[in-house]
Amino acid sequence: MLDETDRKIIQATQAGLPLTPQPYQTIAEQLGLSTDDVMMRLSAMQNSGVIRRIGAVPNHYKLGYRFNGMTVWNVPDEAIDELGQKVGQLEFVSHCYHRPRHPPEWMYNLFAMVHGKSQEDVDKQIQQISDLLGDYNLSCDVLYSTKILKKTGFRTSK
Amino acid sequence: MDEIDKQIINTLQDGFPICDAPYRQVAAQLGLTEQELIARLKTLLDNGTLTRFGPLYNAEQMGGALTLAAVKAPQERYDEITEIINAFPEVAHNYARSHELNMWFVIATETPEQIQQTIDAIERQSGLTVYNMPKNKEYFVNLKLEA
Repeated sequence: MLDETDRKIIQATQAGLPLTPQPYQTIAEQLGLSTDDVMMRLSAMQNSGVIRRIGAVPNHYKLGYRFNGMTVWNVPDEAIDELGQKVGQLEFVSHCYHRPRHPPEWMYNLFAMVHGKSQEDVDKQIQQISDLLGDYNLSCDVLYSTKILKKTGFRTSK
Repeated sequence: MDEIDKQIINTLQDGFPICDAPYRQVAAQLGLTEQELIARLKTLLDNGTLTRFGPLYNAEQMGGALTLAAVKAPQERYDEITEIINAFPEVAHNYARSHELNMWFVIATETPEQIQQTIDAIERQSGLTVYNMPKNKEYFVNLKLEA
């Protein structure tokens, strides 16, 4: 479980890591902690999954990835974990989730976001997922975003 | 953005070390000086090529709750529905999508109970059914956007 000190470190690094030669020391000084403590806590949070990873997040559009599709698939529940793990491993998939169906209108239970520089790229990616799913693919659809209506950061929990 | 910037972006998507002088370590791998790497990172963040650099936290692990939800907004009410939904601070992202379910949004709250309360409030105010699609399971991804 996270304690008060972990939460302080989270607050201090949520906007990003300091661009100083010794960023963990910078955080430690801000919070009145030792550098070792900050590094150990960050490592522990990374190991437990609180931190997915430390690294850079590019803006898809700036790198030329303008075609972003939410692909949705109806696959048998008993096979979904195995299939979801395989789909998640494809390097163009940014998110991969098992979500509940809403029958009869919404039968899709596997969601995978794909990103390409052209429609052709994305079509190929979709084909690749479709090949991977094979006979388990009972039906599918692709929803393209036509407009961003709102995009703000997530609020932090206290 | 030149070749060096592309290398930086590609390398830093794979992760960043936790050690005393991590920029120096990564710079050495890339054949750069520490100062050069830091200066280029700053530029890439300032001009929006990178949206973030640092630890990426998992909201749910921190006690918060998230869900993906969708509505079928009638075309003639689309702007009004957008306004109603966007007015909720709990709605973090909202996208128009090409489908009968034509508005998809992410609700992020501090507690799981607040997710249902937000959905109920959106349904009351909009008169629409909200299709709630919280994740049953998340699969590990290996995304890398080659710069």
